[in-house]
Amino acid sequence: MGRMLQIGVTLAALVVLFGGVLYLRHFRGPMPNYQQFHGAPDAYESVHGILNGLGGFDSQSLIAFGILLLIATPVCRVAFGLVGFALLRDRLYAAVSAIVLIILILSFFTRR
Amino acid sequence: MSVLSFTIAIFGSSILAGLLGALTGLGGGVVIVPVLCLVFKIDLHYAIGASLVSVIATSSGAAAAYVREGYSNIRIGMFLEVATTLGALFGAYLTAKVSGNWIGIIFGMVLFYSAWASLRKIPIEPKMTEPDSLAVRLNCRGSFPVQNGKEEYVAEHVPAGFGIMFVAGTLSGLLGIGSGAVKVLAMDQVMKLPFKVSTTTSNFMIGVTAAASAGFYLSHGYILPGLSMPVVLGVLAGSLVGSRILVNAQVQTLRMVFSIVIVALGAEMIFNGLTGRL
Repeated sequence: MGRMLQIGVTLAALVVLFGGVLYLRHFRGPMPNYQQFHGAPDAYESVHGILNGLGGFDSQSLIAFGILLLIATPVCRVAFGLVGFALLRDRLYAAVSAIVLIILILSFFTRR
Repeated sequence: MSVLSFTIAIFGSSILAGLLGALTGLGGGVVIVPVLCLVFKIDLHYAIGASLVSVIATSSGAAAAYVREGYSNIRIGMFLEVATTLGALFGAYLTAKVSGNWIGIIFGMVLFYSAWASLRKIPIEPKMTEPDSLAVRLNCRGSFPVQNGKEEYVAEHVPAGFGIMFVAGTLSGLLGIGSGAVKVLAMDQVMKLPFKVSTTTSNFMIGVTAAASAGFYLSHGYILPGLSMPVVLGVLAGSLVGSRILVNAQVQTLRMVFSIVIVALGAEMIFNGLTGRL
């Protein structure tokens, strides 16, 4: 399980780095306004939007996709835990892992 | 400032934050959020969004090493994650309801507590009292490798530990940090787990806790790709270097210096919150 976490983080970091290089090559103007909160552009506010942006090789969509991979890493960890406990026939902890997994997935269905 | 120089400045600060976070054992989030808000004048919600993502990266990176060493307790961690993830969802929900100034004040207080907790001496292993019946039923026990064989332990005060974990999760979701200091408090002081088991299991739990608020942060537009990119990469690089230094360095003096920095950041967060500048 430790190996899985490492692979997930490394992969995510590489995607973010690649997107970052593209981003810096594209945007040379003055920095955007981060002082007031407007919310991220719609394209980066949902899994669907981020995946859509990948088709056009949009640099910020790539960074956002790397961030999604990063978020997915601990979620996968819990899912693997669930499978592991089920294989050990540890019903109690398979159920506990399932509850954690449901809470994690729920978080992605929150809307503004 | 141009996009390039801004990104480089954020990247450099994030490396420092990651280093500091690893050396004090507090994690990068506790340092990078005040730096982004106070030095770069970035909106608090964007700052906690970028920080939370970096917290997931460093936790998962560090946890990978500990799982192999056999100290972290996966069962206890998973059970307590029910509390931390619920808390994280609640905390993330609060970020949309509570004003930035209040979040800043709470952040400052957590910085004070964290500085104090990191300076505290590692306590002498507590003597086992009677095992908690709930802990036995929930199989909250384990063993870890010591010089001559294995040492066994059973958790105590499980309900209290669970409650504090909910608070730790809420702080993580509200402030975009790992809140490792509070997690260790719950396991080490309340549940009386061995210190090494507490710290490694806490590290293991931080990523899962942070992932629970990440979905909310994303859908509410807190996570800006252009800002998160240098923060995640910088904090990750800094913490990797920091944990290497930690293995072969006398860190007591460093910790003292860094704790002063953290107290100063905390004081400034509270001041800015009270005067309505966040």
